[in-house]
Amino acid sequence: MKVIKSLVIVFTIHVLLANNVVSAKQWQGENNNTLSKSEFTLAKHCPPSFELTPQGVCRLLTQYQFYTSVQNKGLGGTQTNLPPHRDGFTPAQIDLGRYLFFDPALSKDGSISCASCHQPDKGFSDNLDRSIGITGEKIARSAPTLWNVAFVDKFFWDARAKSLEEQALGPLYDPLEMGNTPEKLLATIRSTPTYVKLFAQAYPDMQEIGLEQIYTSLTAFQTSLISLNSRYDRYAHGYHQALTKDEIAGLNVFRSFVARCAECHQPPLFTNNEIAVIGSPEPEGRKLDIGAEKTYNAPKLKGAFKVPTLRNITQSGPYMHSGRYKDLREAVKFYNDGRGNSIPEGEEMLIHWHISEPNLTDDELDLIVTFLGTLTDESLTPRIPQQVPSGLPVIDEKYQERSKAARTQQKLNHNNENAITQSGE
Amino acid sequence: MSSGKIIGAILVAGAFAGGMYFGSIQNSTPVITSSTGGASYEGGYDKSADADALQGVNKGAAAERTVVGQVHVVNDGETIMDAVIAAKPGDTIQVMPGTYHETVYVDKDDIRIIGVIKEGKRPTLDGEGILNDAFLYSGNNFVIENFVITKYKGNGIMGQAGNNFEIRNNIIVDTGVYGIFPQLGKNGIVEFNIISGIEDAAIYVGMSDNIHVSHNEVFASVAGIEIENSRHAIVENNNVYNNTGGILAFITPGLPIKTTFDVIIRNNFILNNNHKNFGAPGSTVGGIPAGTGILIMAADDVVVENNIISGNKTAGILITDHGNAPNVTIDPESDPSPDGVKLLNNLMYNNGYDTIDEVKALMLTEFKRGNPDIVRVGKSTDSCIINRHQYVSVGVNSWKECEFTNTDSIDTYLLDEPVPPRIIDPSERGKVVYNGVCAGCHTYTGRMIGPPIQIIQALYMDNPQGISDFIASPTKKREDYPEMPPQNYLDEETRLAVAKYLLTLTR
Repeated sequence: MKVIKSLVIVFTIHVLLANNVVSAKQWQGENNNTLSKSEFTLAKHCPPSFELTPQGVCRLLTQYQFYTSVQNKGLGGTQTNLPPHRDGFTPAQIDLGRYLFFDPALSKDGSISCASCHQPDKGFSDNLDRSIGITGEKIARSAPTLWNVAFVDKFFWDARAKSLEEQALGPLYDPLEMGNTPEKLLATIRSTPTYVKLFAQAYPDMQEIGLEQIYTSLTAFQTSLISLNSRYDRYAHGYHQALTKDEIAGLNVFRSFVARCAECHQPPLFTNNEIAVIGSPEPEGRKLDIGAEKTYNAPKLKGAFKVPTLRNITQSGPYMHSGRYKDLREAVKFYNDGRGNSIPEGEEMLIHWHISEPNLTDDELDLIVTFLGTLTDESLTPRIPQQVPSGLPVIDEKYQERSKAARTQQKLNHNNENAITQSGE
Repeated sequence: MSSGKIIGAILVAGAFAGGMYFGSIQNSTPVITSSTGGASYEGGYDKSADADALQGVNKGAAAERTVVGQVHVVNDGETIMDAVIAAKPGDTIQVMPGTYHETVYVDKDDIRIIGVIKEGKRPTLDGEGILNDAFLYSGNNFVIENFVITKYKGNGIMGQAGNNFEIRNNIIVDTGVYGIFPQLGKNGIVEFNIISGIEDAAIYVGMSDNIHVSHNEVFASVAGIEIENSRHAIVENNNVYNNTGGILAFITPGLPIKTTFDVIIRNNFILNNNHKNFGAPGSTVGGIPAGTGILIMAADDVVVENNIISGNKTAGILITDHGNAPNVTIDPESDPSPDGVKLLNNLMYNNGYDTIDEVKALMLTEFKRGNPDIVRVGKSTDSCIINRHQYVSVGVNSWKECEFTNTDSIDTYLLDEPVPPRIIDPSERGKVVYNGVCAGCHTYTGRMIGPPIQIIQALYMDNPQGISDFIASPTKKREDYPEMPPQNYLDEETRLAVAKYLLTLTR
């Protein structure tokens, strides 16, 4: 089913709202019960885990900064530093990004927002095998989590973007995702008086709203999504009672050189920010997704995808680029079934050397899943705005219905099939 | 699968990018460079530019102990892990002879696990073919000595980002994938170990810096000693024989740390490494042709000096880029070429006597006959060699004469003092933990999940200890707020630091 809402309707809503501006909650609940007709205002304080510097920008603070690591890469053991990260945005820029992130006005027809596929209560993913875009059809790949995206330097499953700003262009302008165009997006934002005012607050030196400020704000918000206070982290910081005996046993299987999970999903981020060919299968009826082969024009990387973080992994199923596995036990079993167990007949793939034939017992597989549960920390989930400057519903009921329908029908669309490597995430 | 074919099959295809020339001057007076004098290689490591390197006189890698910790004795029938759980940083665990079946993990700093050898009997860890790894350590200043390790599925001793480690005097046989595998560590020693029967590398130093591997005996494994994605490493005085490949310096693609450089391989015996390749399919070493003495793949500034390299049937030294190793993936961020290779004097004898067809074909391109000591394929810039007339070689004609003859000026790349722990100002710790943990539920003035900081300040005023005690075991105080979860995972010092910081907030 196609949902078509014209921009006219969007603009109409904007005009209506211009005369009826509502307040929004600020970061940490200040004025949170005041849904009066006061103005939208942007936060003056940084999100938790960030410190406001004398320069007026937010700097991330984590206990991992107390450790060293080889070449400052921050990958490996329990007490290693984190890799370099993005921060240094102002509280206003971050908060503006929050409104934009939840605002369906960013899509072509005002029907979906970034948060439609990156829902805070679903690990900033969407519980779908492959996400549903503006056409109501499934796109090529599943929505990755946004937790700890500040530490990531490659974006999309196929690593084709090098920054969050660059990444934003993908979903915003992909016809199967949010379907917008730069011109339309800019026109929408510029014609929404509340946004004009908020952008002026967030970018006081700016003459006129440009796309750059939109991307910057979205980036600023996403880099504030920090999850580093799980029970695993307490263990890592030296409180070994934070994990149960089984969870520690699971950690030891996870990092053993038999399972080798931790070789790519390296603590403390539980990713090494690399791409790898693991040969995870497509859903039935879908052709092979070549992944990063296209990005790098490198046949040796056929079927290579980014190594995703495992932080909050219990919240963001189903798993793999194709959402092929509905739960973690299935995903873990895939690795235990041996190298290349799902390579389609006739295909050649250079499977990553760490994918072996570990022959783990069922108990050990269970222990790994148990351990993965200790990586859950959503304590710094940002507040979902009750209203956004466009006046559109923050979580669109129809979008949800469509997702549900698509889930049950498992509808495949041929256009979508052809777009498999053009779209994604 | 014939593993030899994997690297071999493409050697022909990979022409020498670095200007080989035919009709080289074979009959003129050879350039003979004496290795008893001459300039010494300065190396590529500038200690003064390394923030972790302090001036000092420490002889080992682990931090010297100024305070003697407790000694925990483990007797046969007990478990080592119980002692590790009981141990505090600074403690030593002495393990008496006996047989232990366990995986020992050490996520603490400054732990030493010393096997006690009595009348030749050592403590033995036996994985019985069921257990994964014998020792896993992530803490800094870890020392392990004197064990026998056998029949584990994974590794004998695996380090995960621990700095300042010392692994010595262990005997590791028939154990899984790697015998000794320090990974992501800085400043470490692997010495006086005997290792055999390993399906990948007997000693595998991965993604590490400032490493010393010496006086080990490694044999009957796929790879003897592998230096991979690591810098400032010295491999010396080892006895490396009957492996598939003897000593390897690699860049493995696809890892977060992208380089290997500044590696010295000297004074080793590298003999008869002709073992059938039994590496796992898909592993990098699974592609090494049996009979390879030294293999340099994509690594830079590798110096090979004063080794006795003999009886390796494919070649004494094989140098290749990633492009000529077909079962190795690519990495757009890694330089695939081995540059700045420096071949100084080595005793090379009876190598390449049963080499692979692809090497023979390569030799034809240079009209070379005989058994190859040195084979280079793929691009390599700024490499050099002395006394090349001594060897049967292919691919090094165009290399320049090295401007030095020895590495005498470099004793070690170990740091003078161990990598220091980060000194944390208590107020900094308080700030970080407050922002990282407390601020998720509390704001200064507003109501969030917990009450505002202002109210807490009013209640506790000059009583940070009160806050510290409360957050360790909170009780329900306010009807309209949820009960606070205990923060007892923070140690006393940290809780107090947080409390003090919280009381100083003004906004």
